[in-house]
Amino acid sequence: MAAQEAKLVERKAKRLALTGNYAVAYAVKSCDVDVVAAYPITPQSPIVEKISEFIANEELDAEMVHVESEHSALSAVVGAVAFGARAFTATSSQGLEFMHEILFIASGLRLPVVMAIANRALSAPLNIWNDYSDVMSARDAGWITIFNETAQEAHDAVVMAYRIAEDPRVLIPTIITLDGYILSHTVEPVEVIEREEALKFAPKRPRGYRPVLDPDKPITMGVVGTPEYYYEIKYQLIHAMRESVKVIDEVFSDFCKTFGRCYERVEPYRMDDAEYVLISMGATFGEVRAAVDKLRREGVKAGGLKIKVFRPFPADLLEKYIGGGNVKAVGVLDRAVTVGGATEGPVFNEVATALALRGIRLPMVSFVHGLGGRDIFADDVVKMFKILMEHASRGESARRTYFIGVRE
Amino acid sequence: MSESQGRLLGWREIPIGGIVQEPGNTAKNDMSAWRTFKPVIDQEKCVRCRLCWIFCPDAAIIEVEGEYRTKSGRVYKVSYHVDYQHCKGCGICANECPVKAIKMVEEVR
Repeated sequence: MAAQEAKLVERKAKRLALTGNYAVAYAVKSCDVDVVAAYPITPQSPIVEKISEFIANEELDAEMVHVESEHSALSAVVGAVAFGARAFTATSSQGLEFMHEILFIASGLRLPVVMAIANRALSAPLNIWNDYSDVMSARDAGWITIFNETAQEAHDAVVMAYRIAEDPRVLIPTIITLDGYILSHTVEPVEVIEREEALKFAPKRPRGYRPVLDPDKPITMGVVGTPEYYYEIKYQLIHAMRESVKVIDEVFSDFCKTFGRCYERVEPYRMDDAEYVLISMGATFGEVRAAVDKLRREGVKAGGLKIKVFRPFPADLLEKYIGGGNVKAVGVLDRAVTVGGATEGPVFNEVATALALRGIRLPMVSFVHGLGGRDIFADDVVKMFKILMEHASRGESARRTYFIGVRE
Repeated sequence: MSESQGRLLGWREIPIGGIVQEPGNTAKNDMSAWRTFKPVIDQEKCVRCRLCWIFCPDAAIIEVEGEYRTKSGRVYKVSYHVDYQHCKGCGICANECPVKAIKMVEEVR
């Protein structure tokens, strides 16, 4: 159900003018986390700065662990969650890269860590602005990954992430993203979920509902997985990630009923009779909406699909929205690159695979734009739709990625 | 993790994330196949100095209480034996033995 079709739920909500970063920090406070460990990095830093303030003001009773690196930040959070705590960390770009090996350890040990990533391009060249190259480099790390288009979405995603990650059927660490600067530093009115509401929606479970480190009942975590066992233990994670779809849908649906804001793993925009479809994620999708509106006024049946949950990949919903018979061509706007890939668009490659395996044969085009914080304007997206329409008229996919806006 | 009646556990049976719910259960592992040579202690030569017991990195030297009388008439109250389930055949004990009472003998399978 799209956000605009949301059923109105009667509740007295407090609205605050918050940046995306502060929206995340307020949600972390409402979820009553026990441990926060993070290392400052632009554009994430204000999240943990605000949390520090909450702790200093005794609005949040949590342990803030000051570490010397992101590697240690995620390690500290892994330790806290292994002990049974509800913990949080946040990072961006190089910080996420420095956490990289621990990403796999958190998912392999099935620890429900929640982490916010304020997206920022990867160096070199050094760049602090938005693109998705950081989170895309974590796509194989076995984390549930939820992209957000607005500060409100990022706020809501934190509360939902704790409930999803900590569900005994899931126990998978979860990333929630917010576009660097575009969301992290711009102010929006945000309906704040209060502590009682957050804890009712995502209650802290009794200690010991999942295996935790306990001196009175010792277990060993982080064992050697010999060739006889490693494969089976990895398969447990693969299976849990597949099965998490049910829990995510359940949590989204309950969130809709409770708070009146409704999310779907893939959100359609003007898709009912759409012939030309562009897929995108995060705040970038705002430009897709604007371009779709512009083209609709010209009589072009354009539509957009926003991938909100990137892991587990929503192949089922792409099939549902694209496989109906109306769609003539599908484009994907990637804000990250996989250099030397089948195409350079990481999301495109997955969309193309998902559709091909479901027998949906349509002209497909991979677009890349907005690397290193280059602004994407609605007219750029209109241009992508025009290229898509050309391919549709020839009945041909593009064999290579179009790099929109790159100077010759 | 462990075997169940000699069968390796399937992915649904292994504790989540491969945790070990029973601490110390690696003691059940059989490392005997790691060896190429096995230490054999000559109880006649052994002077019960305990150095092999101290140096063994796998705690695979066992101190057994009980009287032992050598042919030359010396009496010891303990003897040292090898735990062949856990000995990996590294040879440190033989190297350290001051009276050369431990021989590394090739495993024949």
